[in-house]
Amino acid sequence: MLLAGGQGSRLYLLTERIAKPAVPFGGKYRIIDFPLSNCINSGIDTVGVLTQYQPLALNEYIGNGQPWDLDRTYGGVWTLPPYQGQKRADWYKGTANAIYQNIQFIDKFDPDYVVILSGDHIYKMDYAEMIEAHKKNNADCTIAVFDVPLSEASRFGIMTTDDELRITEFEEKPKNPKSTKASMGVYVFSKDKLVSYLEADEADENSQKDFGKNIIPAMLKAGERLYAFEFSGYWKDVGTIDSLWEANMDLLGDRPELPLKDKAWRILSRNDALPPHFVGQGAVINNSVITEGCEIYGTVINSVLSAGVVVERGAVVRDSVILGNVTLKADSVVDYSIIDSDTVVGKGATVGKAMGVSEGITLVGGGLNIPSGAEIPDGIICGKEKLAEIVNKEVK
Amino acid sequence: MNAVGIIFSSINEKSVYELTKQRTMASVPFGCRYRLIDFALSNMVNSGINHVGLVTHYNYQSLMDHIGSGKDWDLARRHGGIKILPPYITAFANSANYLYNTRLEALISIRDFIADCKEDVVVLSDCDTVCNLDLSKMVEQHIETGADITLGVKSSYVSQDTTAAVTVVHSDDNGKVYEVGDYSDLKNGFEDVYVRIMVIGRKYLEEVISDAVAHGYTSFTKDILVRNCKKHDIRTYKFDSYFATIRSLGDYFRTSMDLLDPEIRNSLFGERTRPVFTKVRNSAPTSYNNGAIVRNSLIADGCIIEGTVEIRSSSAA
Repeated sequence: MLLAGGQGSRLYLLTERIAKPAVPFGGKYRIIDFPLSNCINSGIDTVGVLTQYQPLALNEYIGNGQPWDLDRTYGGVWTLPPYQGQKRADWYKGTANAIYQNIQFIDKFDPDYVVILSGDHIYKMDYAEMIEAHKKNNADCTIAVFDVPLSEASRFGIMTTDDELRITEFEEKPKNPKSTKASMGVYVFSKDKLVSYLEADEADENSQKDFGKNIIPAMLKAGERLYAFEFSGYWKDVGTIDSLWEANMDLLGDRPELPLKDKAWRILSRNDALPPHFVGQGAVINNSVITEGCEIYGTVINSVLSAGVVVERGAVVRDSVILGNVTLKADSVVDYSIIDSDTVVGKGATVGKAMGVSEGITLVGGGLNIPSGAEIPDGIICGKEKLAEIVNKEVK
Repeated sequence: MNAVGIIFSSINEKSVYELTKQRTMASVPFGCRYRLIDFALSNMVNSGINHVGLVTHYNYQSLMDHIGSGKDWDLARRHGGIKILPPYITAFANSANYLYNTRLEALISIRDFIADCKEDVVVLSDCDTVCNLDLSKMVEQHIETGADITLGVKSSYVSQDTTAAVTVVHSDDNGKVYEVGDYSDLKNGFEDVYVRIMVIGRKYLEEVISDAVAHGYTSFTKDILVRNCKKHDIRTYKFDSYFATIRSLGDYFRTSMDLLDPEIRNSLFGERTRPVFTKVRNSAPTSYNNGAIVRNSLIADGCIIEGTVEIRSSSAA
């Protein structure tokens, strides 16, 4: 069960019209490709994707699940939006309530175990190993944990465990963390336990209907067998502009932190058959990732370019993430920025400031037309209104 | 569109035997991420032809791998879609078993497929070509003129040296063909050259096939078009966009290099409503590592570049 209904408000303009899991990543992927590919690579061939916020792009992207081999006659991928029932019609009120509303779906396939995932993390993980550990421990619930620096531990749900990794205590965003084992938002439940706790939680009017806040504490209190599963590979929550940018940058380098060319654990995605990218005579490309349909005549350094990006002669893009079909006109300069799809950066315009000098990442919205010579300052979020403000000021 | 497509996947394989030793002409890789059949097949799909028979000969394993269910061309359909037509060889027929050699013999061997089609018009295409053409107008013209056969032609430079590889078509001002493949008084210059794309009525094609069986005809070009050109109502349809035929390794190399020309690239891949479809392979984007130098090159996904990739020729833009 893949929770994909989140708005992702800290990604601002990027999630104005699409749900967070549908946000593009790494040139030709979307965030949801990671949990979906993990599922199929782990041998899980029945996946429910729970959608709520701005589902159009996400639904279109998942489609019949064919790119992930999830277009099955038996099982496959199902998108599960909130629905009107006989007695009630509710939005998903929390992670636990979302699953509760889909107990029918789970019952239809009657599995022994249910894996709960979230659609906003970039990582490669074999859930089959985790299910194995769950079985071996005879656990009721197993939670994947990731070792974080103590200084950052207060941003996460933190587990305290005994030597056997049995969870003794769970604290959501603790001020004084007792351990560095952070929850990754990946849970394996034995189905019957899951259903009984979801039903009890639904009946509790004071509950926030949340796994971390309600279900897990209730299970701990009742003395159920909860175990941690330690994960040590690459994992990143891409809930903020900075972390999304960082995760993109992790694809770069001769030995990238997050390698995508690993044939043993392929990340699958839906993409069109675009022509190969063209690199012109005067182009300079260094330490970058470039995909189909791009035309590069300028300079691209330390950047990730999505499909159909045009970098004209004399244009420079550094330390940036450029999403689909953006055009950088001649002599424009883009530094330390994320530019959303279909935007045109006019001739000689500048976006952001060089890394190190800059106050922060500049985020430029999609479908904008930045006029020639305009200067978009560093560290701002530049949507339609903000752009109009900047342009008007320059005219005065 | 009331038309069915037939693509010959193996015609002219001998001309580039270096590339076709282990695969069909149709599955020769081209343009980084494509195979030659993608052009012929996309032309059909983009022209509204959703029922295609793919005639195979030897070694069509790689072609089957590429086509799969036909999903990538939207040809995985309950009605119509793509059908691979293997050579017709039956178990208990001894002497009657032989593998076809020519286009006409291939058509004879797929008579049942043609008879079972519901469409009125058949579009025949080779796949040793690189082009992005709108065939729907050609089919429209064929139906409007009521011609028996409409031949796709393109004005190209020919000389006595090149006649072996091309079929020159002479037509009058109304586009009616009066002569095919006569080189007796050919001068060097521009002539209408047959691009091996033909529109023909399905019933008429069945007649031609029966006729060929009765008379022992084997070559569509020689026996039907050249010899009986005046007997049929044959017309031309002129294409004027980029068109290349691959008949030698030299052609293969030159046509590949043509893709570096922005105008040619645009005429092949720049048509928004007529994209060239291919099997989507899901390779990761290309990584340019430190020290990579790339100039004037076309690069597909899935590459890792650490060295230098460039064209060193004076003609490069």
